[in-house]
Amino acid sequence: MVKLILRRLGQMVLIMAVVSFVLFLVFDSDKFKKQIAVNELGGFGLQTLTEQEYQDWLSSKGLDVPFYTRYLDWVGNVLQGDFGFSFEKNTEVGPLLAERLINTGILAFWVFALMIPIALTLGVIAGMKEGSAQDRSVSFISVLTTSMPEIATAIFLTVIFALGLGWLPAKSAMTQGFDWRQLVLPVATLVLYDFGYVARMTRASMAEVMTSQYIRTAILKGIPYRRVIMRHALRNALIAPFTVIVLQLNWLLSGVVVVEVFFQYNGFGKMLLDAALFGDIYVIQAGTLAAVFVAVFSQIISDVGYTLLNPRIRFS
Amino acid sequence: MSATADAPLPAPSLLARLSQPRTLILLLALMWIPLVIYVMFGHMFEDSRDYVLIPAVPATLLLYVLAMRAWWESKIAVIGATLVFFWMFIAVVVPFLPLIDPNQPIAPFTLPFSEKKDIFFWLGTDFKGRDMLSRALWGCQRVIVWGVTATLVAYIVGTAFGLIAGYLGGWWDEIISFLANILLSFPVMVLFILILNYLGQSGFNIVIAVTFASAPAVMRIVRGLALDIKSRDYVFAAQTRGEHPIWIMVVELLPNVRGPIIVDACLRLGYTTVAITTLTFLGLGLQPPDPDWGLMIKEAANTALIFKFSYMLIVPALSVSSLILGFNLMADGLREMSLRD
Repeated sequence: MVKLILRRLGQMVLIMAVVSFVLFLVFDSDKFKKQIAVNELGGFGLQTLTEQEYQDWLSSKGLDVPFYTRYLDWVGNVLQGDFGFSFEKNTEVGPLLAERLINTGILAFWVFALMIPIALTLGVIAGMKEGSAQDRSVSFISVLTTSMPEIATAIFLTVIFALGLGWLPAKSAMTQGFDWRQLVLPVATLVLYDFGYVARMTRASMAEVMTSQYIRTAILKGIPYRRVIMRHALRNALIAPFTVIVLQLNWLLSGVVVVEVFFQYNGFGKMLLDAALFGDIYVIQAGTLAAVFVAVFSQIISDVGYTLLNPRIRFS
Repeated sequence: MSATADAPLPAPSLLARLSQPRTLILLLALMWIPLVIYVMFGHMFEDSRDYVLIPAVPATLLLYVLAMRAWWESKIAVIGATLVFFWMFIAVVVPFLPLIDPNQPIAPFTLPFSEKKDIFFWLGTDFKGRDMLSRALWGCQRVIVWGVTATLVAYIVGTAFGLIAGYLGGWWDEIISFLANILLSFPVMVLFILILNYLGQSGFNIVIAVTFASAPAVMRIVRGLALDIKSRDYVFAAQTRGEHPIWIMVVELLPNVRGPIIVDACLRLGYTTVAITTLTFLGLGLQPPDPDWGLMIKEAANTALIFKFSYMLIVPALSVSSLILGFNLMADGLREMSLRD
């Protein structure tokens, strides 16, 4: 077990090293230095610079050093907890990243807090009786909601609840400090898009368990149906959804970009997109590494959890 | 599909003969190639541009009839195919429809079902005064063409690597699997943002980005299937005959991994459509002024966030949702039918 975890952690470090090196290599091109210059000085401002002044500007930003020296410096700094400096926001990357990750974390917390009970309940209800009316309606709702991309769901919710009924604000920039009302629409969008997938996985797992020998035996023994479901079926049916739910973390980091941009929520996804459009290399680096870390780490948790939960794997 | 074609009929009907794989591929090509030429290279033809699409019209209709006939037992697949073919058909015939030029500004902020400047606008106009109906219908072309092309390329690359990794194994497998693991450890949208930002924003670069994002997952599926098939007798027979590994991969393995891949492809077409719309909305995808659903959403979200004008957001959002619903239902139906066989 420990060996498995250590091997996966080693893989993760290797992947992050490769990713950060490739990113440095890619963003070292002249095109990107020009992009930063255009964004900072304006296209017209850049044209008025002489070659010498441009070189001076590069060295003032520390961009004239060869990329491998910069990479090694950066690795050394990251190991000491210094993520570099944001060209666009003019601040340290570390605190910026922390702030944005916390904001996205709040979003993610509510998404999971709502999505997991809804998806599991619907999935179990549907899987209990395969082919029944409740199964069909749950399947239909899940296909429908997962077929609407986040951007479409966000639009429908905004039009109905913000523009039409006026119950909730249409934008979630939180300029006046934290406001839970601004959190409702982004969370609802992500939950609506995501719960269908988990519900379908739960349904499939539940349906499989319900056809197994021990459930049939339990029913034939005369145990009340409710108890068969709660005591015998649920335990085994919820192993597979567990891994799926943990892996949703990875998906959430993708889905969060468009939702945050649409609602102007100042989270991790919006930061990454802004940084990419600006060419803000240290923010891109830190953001990508954080994303890869979350993705790989959730993978490890899901593998380890699956092994712990499933006795057939644990003891083999 | 082939199940109905093999039915022991005394004289196979015309439709049955058309359902054979060879004719199906021909029909798909007849529908697809004109669309690709029209959207990607249309600017080279200038005036004769619309004629390119003519062979695609009957091919699309015929494919729809054949799909209905083959999938009739599964209602889900029928609904899905109807949605998908509706948009396919629109993509093919849209230049021949009596629509207003989608890029021509006429009367800004005209509400749906109202008349302005002697023109009746079914779905109103956008903030520049361009006809929404025309833009929504034209918008499907770019999404469909780039989306399907990107998925196709991702599948070709993913399948090739998957066959190599699964069949040859050893170092090939180690290297390919490691690269795939690196790419799979990115959240998809992060990967898209990085690649499109590096390469610049165009349709061809979307194809590359989608390939990077989807091919590793396809590779894993195909690798697993190839590992399973590799030890079958007919593969040993081919090895004993002294066939070249490439020949074995293409002729012996490929046809046998086809089934599961087709269902996965339908789902992935949905993902790619979402991705393209989303990327355009984020300003990383296809560029203005040509109509595109993601672009319409982006422009409307920036200019007209008022209930009265919410049709500008709803129309493209409904369009893209219906196309993706079609792909998903088709995948569900196909999976259901493959389980039944």
